[in-house]
Amino acid sequence: MRALVTFVYVFLYTPIVLIVLFAFNSGRSASEFTGFSTQWFGKALSNAFLMDALENSLIVGLTSAALATVFGTMAALGLERVSPRTRAVFDALFAAAIVVPGVVIGIATLVALVEVFGIANSVIASVWPGAQPPRLQLGFGSIIAAHGLFTMALVTMIVKARIASLGRDIVEASSDLYATPMTTFWQIVFPQILPSVLAGFLLAFTFSFDDFIIAFFVAGSKTTLPIYVFASIRRGVTPEINAIAAMVLVASLILILSARFLMRDRTATQ
Amino acid sequence: MASASPDDIEFRSVTKAYGAVTAVRDINLAVPKGSFLALLGPSGCGKTTCLRMIGGFEQPSEGKVLIDGREMNGVPAYRRPVNMVFQHYALFPHFNVAENVAYGLKQMRPRIAQGEIDRRVAEALAMVRLDGFAKRRTHEMSGGQQQRVALARAIVNRPSVLLLDEPLAALDKKLRSAMQIELQTLQRELGITFVLVTHDQEEALSMADQVCVMSAGRIRQLGTPQEVYDRPADLFVADFVGKINRLSAVLEADHATIRLADGTALNVGARPNVPAGAVTVAVRPEALRFLGAGEDAAGRTVSGTVTHRIFLGSGVEYAVDIDGLGDFLITADRGGHAAEESLSAPGDRVRLAFDPAAVHVFSSMDPA
Repeated sequence: MRALVTFVYVFLYTPIVLIVLFAFNSGRSASEFTGFSTQWFGKALSNAFLMDALENSLIVGLTSAALATVFGTMAALGLERVSPRTRAVFDALFAAAIVVPGVVIGIATLVALVEVFGIANSVIASVWPGAQPPRLQLGFGSIIAAHGLFTMALVTMIVKARIASLGRDIVEASSDLYATPMTTFWQIVFPQILPSVLAGFLLAFTFSFDDFIIAFFVAGSKTTLPIYVFASIRRGVTPEINAIAAMVLVASLILILSARFLMRDRTATQ
Repeated sequence: MASASPDDIEFRSVTKAYGAVTAVRDINLAVPKGSFLALLGPSGCGKTTCLRMIGGFEQPSEGKVLIDGREMNGVPAYRRPVNMVFQHYALFPHFNVAENVAYGLKQMRPRIAQGEIDRRVAEALAMVRLDGFAKRRTHEMSGGQQQRVALARAIVNRPSVLLLDEPLAALDKKLRSAMQIELQTLQRELGITFVLVTHDQEEALSMADQVCVMSAGRIRQLGTPQEVYDRPADLFVADFVGKINRLSAVLEADHATIRLADGTALNVGARPNVPAGAVTVAVRPEALRFLGAGEDAAGRTVSGTVTHRIFLGSGVEYAVDIDGLGDFLITADRGGHAAEESLSAPGDRVRLAFDPAAVHVFSSMDPA
């Protein structure tokens, strides 16, 4: 049993360790270690295409995470007030959004967007007074929409769990002490759910930042960081890719650990 | 209904239904200003629903709830001149003690000056003997201390009514009796109306000056603690408020003599309100007195065998198998500090006399 567990972990983590290791290779090979060097990190950071893709990823990640956090938190708060049956339906829908494979979400979103854009563009063209009507097309908007929708489910699940552990007692106590619903929200509920809202934001950003599959389908001509890495691999792997991967890995780990820290069970301290 | 001093709280034909379940049925109740009312009953009897309708957390399905003579239907909790002490205290975990207590004052409009708030918070904390705890985090405090913070947070607002939802349920026995006395003292000092919800009859009897016994969404009896204990309106009240021994018997045509299952006739004094025929007799454990040798209580004597003796410290509880009637629970004083030999022991034959005034007779038709 122990041997099997060890094998599984070795199998899972060896490639990751190797990727990070070869990021420090001085040679051009991603398979033959010839010496220690940080030159590939420098190369990666001065690569204009890469920096452009990184900027795109940051724009998409921050925007979609912000949207997902606002709407996901509102959904979690709203679901507290609906009938148990309605809540069960939405819980199932949110869970479905999380378990459906990215490839399905990607294709489905692409098909839906293309259809909608087709109809919308013909309507716009028919009413546009000028000769060059604006056309809706795939790009930032579509990636942000696709990521935002998916990660909203994530945020809702996280914030809902926190609201459920709050109980209605302190909300009623606040109301009993003359606070209007608005005051109760900002003074009592929001400070209590804030850590889970931030955790939801971090996870949403991490997901969007790391996502390749959904973005690949709906990105149009835009290149995000994972799409750039995928394209570069097809031109041949150099340790520059390893350096990018190592940096993304560290950034993601920091974000996820921060989210875990924010979501930790704080009943022990209450 | 105008009177010199309006009742603080009034229920007029109040019914509360949740779908098909009716929690409270047609309740009429008036709580005079400055009184201490206990809503007493088993869980699910509707007492908490009544409290929550006063607080504004529930709205009646039918009827009206009035506070200070003003109709409160549709008025949200945050606009009602009442404050509640929650069962699990419901303190705000991200505020310290002083911030918790100041919360209600800070919501008041027109605004209260910060100096005035600080003064009143300090005064409320002193009142619940928590001076010096102002900066403490609430989760660093014991259950009893959190209870006091919850109390201070409510009384600092000087509400016209203070609602208490099983406030002592989470405390241990010793702390509970100490808090009972404190709550009573506080109520007298503040002079505001207290409404307490509890399932603990001892708590209700010891603190309140009016006890409202409820079951299945209805009021079974409203009276002083002594009234509900000594003159229970029905078998349910007799059973719920204190211990009883229950017997089937027949009330004779004179409405004064009951014939027990073993044929013994007991004169219990006139009971004109109970129809003659099959009755249920409820006898309090202290309504039977041990008779010494040679002592006699004509027509009220039964004999039996002691089966168990439970020493309670201040008194003794006996289980006695009375000939022809079955097991009885009887409590007796120790008679000063009687030596152990003078107490009856299991196996002893004893003679007992009924105290006729403490025998309750109910028609067997009574629901219980």
